[in-house]
Parts: sequence; structure tokens; C-alpha cells
Amino acid sequence: MIVKRSPLTFWERLYLPAILGGFKVTLRHFFKKKVTMQYPEEKWTVPPDYRGAPYLVRDQEGNTKCVSCQLCEFVCPPKAIKITPPGLSGPPADRSNAEKMPLEFEINMLRCIFCGYCQEVCPEEAIFLMKDYSLTGTSRAEMIYNKEKLLALGGTHNDRIQKWKWKAEEAKAQGVAP
Amino acid sequence: MTTVLESKPASPPVEKIKIKVDGREAEVPRLMPDWQGKLVPTTMLQACQIAGVEVPHYCYHPKLPVAGNCRMCLVEFGLPAIGPDRKPILNEDGTPKIIRQALPYDPNLPRGAIACATPISPGMEIYASSPATKQMREAILESLLINHPLDCPICDQAGECKLQQYSVEYGQSESRFAEEKVHKPKRVDLGPRIVLDDERCILCTRCIRFSKDIAGDDALGIASRGSHNFLTNYPGKAFDNNYTLNTVDICPVGALTSKDFRFQMRVWFLKETKSLCTSCGTGCNIVIGSREEKVYRYTPRENDAVNACWMCDYGRLNYKWIDRADRLKEVRKQKTDGGREPIAWTSALKEISEKLRTAAPGSVAIIASARQTNEELYLLAKLAKRLGARTDSVPRRGEADKLLFHADRNPNSTGARLTGFLSAEMGSNFNQIADAIRTRTIRTLLVFGEDVTKHGLSAALLKGLDALIVSDILPSPTVELAHYLLPGCAHAEKRGTFTNVKGRVQKLMKAVEPPGDARPEWEFLHELVFNVTGQNGFVSIEGLFHQMAKDVPALAGLTWAALGDTGVTVAI
Ligand code: SF4
Ligand code: SF4
Ligand code: FES
Repeated sequence: MIVKRSPLTFWERLYLPAILGGFKVTLRHFFKKKVTMQYPEEKWTVPPDYRGAPYLVRDQEGNTKCVSCQLCEFVCPPKAIKITPPGLSGPPADRSNAEKMPLEFEINMLRCIFCGYCQEVCPEEAIFLMKDYSLTGTSRAEMIYNKEKLLALGGTHNDRIQKWKWKAEEAKAQGVAP
Repeated sequence: MTTVLESKPASPPVEKIKIKVDGREAEVPRLMPDWQGKLVPTTMLQACQIAGVEVPHYCYHPKLPVAGNCRMCLVEFGLPAIGPDRKPILNEDGTPKIIRQALPYDPNLPRGAIACATPISPGMEIYASSPATKQMREAILESLLINHPLDCPICDQAGECKLQQYSVEYGQSESRFAEEKVHKPKRVDLGPRIVLDDERCILCTRCIRFSKDIAGDDALGIASRGSHNFLTNYPGKAFDNNYTLNTVDICPVGALTSKDFRFQMRVWFLKETKSLCTSCGTGCNIVIGSREEKVYRYTPRENDAVNACWMCDYGRLNYKWIDRADRLKEVRKQKTDGGREPIAWTSALKEISEKLRTAAPGSVAIIASARQTNEELYLLAKLAKRLGARTDSVPRRGEADKLLFHADRNPNSTGARLTGFLSAEMGSNFNQIADAIRTRTIRTLLVFGEDVTKHGLSAALLKGLDALIVSDILPSPTVELAHYLLPGCAHAEKRGTFTNVKGRVQKLMKAVEPPGDARPEWEFLHELVFNVTGQNGFVSIEGLFHQMAKDVPALAGLTWAALGDTGVTVAI
């Protein structure tokens, strides 16, 4: 396509009127209410469904909810998650009939893109994207959050179903040792 | 001369019959082999497989007797109508009239048949994807899931579970079952290698039939009634034979799980590499499951000429040494003061070549394990011929069992013989070699993959050698004494071939990287052979194999590609 460039008119060639027009805009904003936030002194309140850093949660009885199914490790696009399964000799799960929980759970926050796939895929509601968006550290190693840190940051999540507990109770009522 | 044998006996001319699967005509043999290889009437399931139509099934397994109890394979079908005169009734256009099979009391309700146990007949039509068939599948899955615990997040089978797979492909998306599920024992310790979860069991009896009919150990059974049915071992007797872990493979769900693999890794992360078991002369075909350079499990791979679908527990669990921390990772040379120093591969090979080239004829002996590959033994045989070296391997014998485990515990004794590395009975040269070292006739000894101090060549004797060149994977007293140590590879870390006791030449593929500086033996051996004999070596395993096939009469005509995944049997 050929764009036709018409030559500047006399008024345009004068140059100063355009400058003055620009100053007018600046001046108008100068006296308006300010919208800039003074970050980091001032902090932003994130909206309710904000997707920040993913952390692990415990249920209301203090049990680790993650059962080490490794689906989040599988789904995570930038491969930020690394789970070490317990094997046969690992520590027993907090809830005995949930049979397992991770020996180690690491999220590399330098890799995480806060996409939320891990939360979406988790069948146990054990990982949630929380409100933290500004994570800092002084080394790369520090940015790899381990299980302990993730659980501490994640806190408690009220589990309305508590399926493992409920299954155990149902089995016990039927006379089958869970 | 070509000695490649057909793996199967010449089959008699097969009678074919015409049927229709999903409206498409297919010609299938009237008889097909059953689980024991006996010819029996072809079933609808086999016919559909030939026609390329998948019929979902749980209890049917091609290598087990048919049980027909899961009903997953139900299909709707039709048969040609026969008149009172026993002649087919024809439609107006002259085609035979087909009657869709229906329930006797309601001609509008289709009657399914289990495809795994119903023989086909001429003119039969199988409606493998009709609405009625679909409904039957949905209903069966619904009933199988009624008491299922939906444990997938903590179940090792997840990802390779037929219940998951069929539920996605053929099931309903929602459960209508609102009542309380029947609970059954979980985490049952069936035996030393198996854990059972009875809630997950779908009672297909595959494991029972395997134990009874294949392993010959009638150890499992189903107890109780109705929805309280559960699988159990014989009370008080642990489920313990050398084949128990095969039940874990054939269990379509996660009811039977391996203690060794339990909670180790999710199956979808495992890279699958076709390889061989190296624990005995049978050479069962396996798949190595590995992730990030760590081997997690072996599972058997089907090969009717060798192991069918099975492997023994001993061989399956014999992999832990591969990533042992004390694996040899460094090329080392002994200093004059007896200490050791690391040395580069190139310098080590140069120095060794020099020593071998200048060695007096007959002053060298080579002891190589029958756990080395054909290619490696072939190269060593070449070296031995050039140097006039005496050669031997260490025989390993044990007790054989009736199924797969062979008395010869070396995976490649046949290869050692065929490639010309061994000329006499394995192990018969050891005394001579020991004597010759004592009388200082033999001054240089090459050892590949054996601890010879355990086999008659004492440390004192080895200390008297001018040069002891050792290649191995793990530390041993022989390795300690080596003047040159060349770290080698486990079978999972290299490519090559083995020849089993029946003469089947089969391929190994590389699953994981070798540790540190370790290199496949054939790689550095071809350099050594080139330096010493001047014969051109091959930088690729394919090239080396083809050269070997040219030089070794027993392997004449073989190519790397022709070995395929399951190998070729040669005359031995
Ligand atoms: S939010 Fe996305 S990138 Fe971050 S850990 Fe979860 S899945 Fe991975
Ligand atoms: S344990 Fe597995 S193989 Fe055995 S009957 Fe149950 S589902 Fe079938
Ligand atoms: S496969 Fe189980 S009944 Fe046919």
C-alpha cells in the first residue's frame, strides 16, 4: 500500500503551536488528583481472586494436605515444581489413611509464572496461589522454597469435606480397619 | 551362508472366515492360538483386534486362560438368519439377512455377548461401537466403580490404570451412586514384595490365574460374597514365589502394587527404554523406567520367543547397583610408589596400546565377563588373536526353575562362545593362566568386569604382573590392584547385543547416562583394537555390529536393524 504523505501546512511548520498544545496537557494533569502509588512505601491491596505465589496449605487439624501425587509437577509449564516422593521408607503421612505425603516439595519461585495450573490440577486442594507477588531473596538458592517454608507461608485452609477422615470413619463403622 | 532361523514354526494354511466389524468386512482366521499356543476357534475380541477395532477388556489377557468375568468386553452382534431348510434367508437385494441378537423375552432389547469368550462364525456382524454396546460399557463401568475408593492421587497405578483409561473413554462423566460404599481391607501385606488394596480390586482374577496356571503356585483366591468379595492369599501363607511381581503388571488397576516401586515415582514421568534383563541366560525383554538418570523399575516386555509377557522377581529387582554411590567414575593409573592418580582417557589408552603392542607374543591373558556384550567380547577376541592371548570367563551357575530363571546366571555365555572369545569350556583356562603368571610367562593381564581374586588369581599373584589393566563398574580387590583402571558402563548405560542361551541375539538400548568419566567398553575397546592391530574400528555400534556379523560365522547375515525390538535367533 502506498501512503500518501501530504506536505506540512504553514501552520504546522510554525512548530510552536504544537509545543504549546503539549504544555497545555501537562499543565492540566499537574493540577489533577495524583494516581501514582508510592511503591514500595505504599502497598497495593490485591483483588480477591488475584494469582500470586503458590504455597502449600494444611487442613484445620494441622495435617499436610499434599499427598505427593505429582500432578502439579507434571502440569507446571516452566517446571518450577520438584517433588520427592516418600518411597516405602519415607515419613508416614499426617493422615494415616492418606498413605503418603511428599518427602520434599520445592517450588523455584524464579521459574514460577503464577499461572495457577498447579492449583487447578491439585485433586487434594493442597496448593493455592496466594496474594504474595513480590518475592525477593539474595541468592538463587533462597528463591527455591522448600516444603517447610511453603507450608509455613500457606497456613491453614478449611477443608469442608475432609475426605480421608470421612472415609476412615465410614470404614470403621463397617468394621473394616482403615 | 545364512543361519538366521525363523522364530516360529511354519504355520499350516489357515482357513479364513468373513465377518463384519462395525460395518466393515474383515477376513479372520477360523482358528487362533490360545494362551498356551493351542489353536482354538477365534474369539470376537481377537477378530476385532485384527480388524483394528479396540474392544475394552479387563479380565482377558492373551497369555492367560479366558475367564470371562468382568463383562467389560460386551458387544452387540448379529448373526445370519437361517430358514427352516437350514439355508440362509436372503434380503430382497440378495444379501444374507442378519438378525441383531436380542433378549428372548423382549426382541427390542439387544443381547450382548462377551467378546473375549465368544467364538466367531461366518457372516457374523459385530457392532463394536453401536449405541447398545456403548450403553453396556457405561453400565459395566458404573457397576465396577460403585465401591471403588477413587484413590487415584495416592495410587501407584494412576497413569497406567485401565479403570481410569476406560472410564475416560467409555464411562459416564458422573456418578449416580449416593449410597455408602462397601469398605474392604487396604494396605494388605500379601508377601515380601506385594501390597494389596482390596478396595481397588475389580475381581478380574488375572492375578489368580497367573499364579495358578503360569507360576504354578495356587496362592491367591477370592473370598466372601457379593459386593463383599475380596482377593486374598492362602491364610497364613505369604504370597512368595519368584514371579509374584508379574501380578502387579497384569493387574489392570492399582490393587496389587510393588513394594519396591511403591511411592517412588509417578509412572508418567518415567522414560521407557527397551532393554534386556541381565540376571540370567534367558535374557528376558524388559522396559527400563527411568527419570533424570535414575532407574526406577524394570517391567517385562512381550517377546514370545523368549519370555512371553513375564520376568522373574529376582531379575526385576536386580537394578539397585546401577546408581550406587561407589560406582567407578575415574580413569586411574598406579604411580610407581603404589599410589594412584587420575589420568585422561586418551593418555591411558595410548599407554595401554603401547604396552600391548610391544608385549611378547603369548605374554598377555584376557579375562572378560560373560556379562559383557557381544560387541565387546568380539573386540576382545580380536585383541586376543593378535596378541596370542589366553582368554577365559567366569562361569556362574545357580538353580534353574521351571519358567524362566536359567541355571546359567551369565547373560551372554553364548555370545562369549560365538564371538570366538572363548575357545574352551568357560572357566577351564583359569589354572593355566594362574600358572603362567606364576612362572612369569604371562606378564600382562586384561580383566573386564570380574573380580579375579575370587576366582583363583590371588592378590599376591596379580602383584607379580607387569601390567594389570582392569575395566569394571564397581570397586573390588582386583580394581584396587589395577595399574590402569578404565571405568565401564552398566547395561542400562550403553547399547549392544547379548546372545541368550537359546541363541537369540537381542539388543540393549541406553536408558541413562554413565557416571563421571565412565565410557561404554566397546567405545574404548575399538580404539584399543585399532591402535594395536591397525584394523579400522567403528565409531558407531551399528557399524561395529555389522563388522562382527561379517567376521563371526554364527551371526552371518544379521544387521542391527533386522534385530528389531525382539531379536533374531541364530544357530548355536
Ligand atoms: S503457578 Fe504455574 S508456574 Fe507457578 S508453580 Fe504453579 S503451575 Fe508452576
Ligand atoms: S488384584 Fe488386580 S488382577 Fe487380581 S483380581 Fe483384583 S483387579 Fe484383578
Ligand atoms: S474381558 Fe472380561 S469378560 Fe471379556
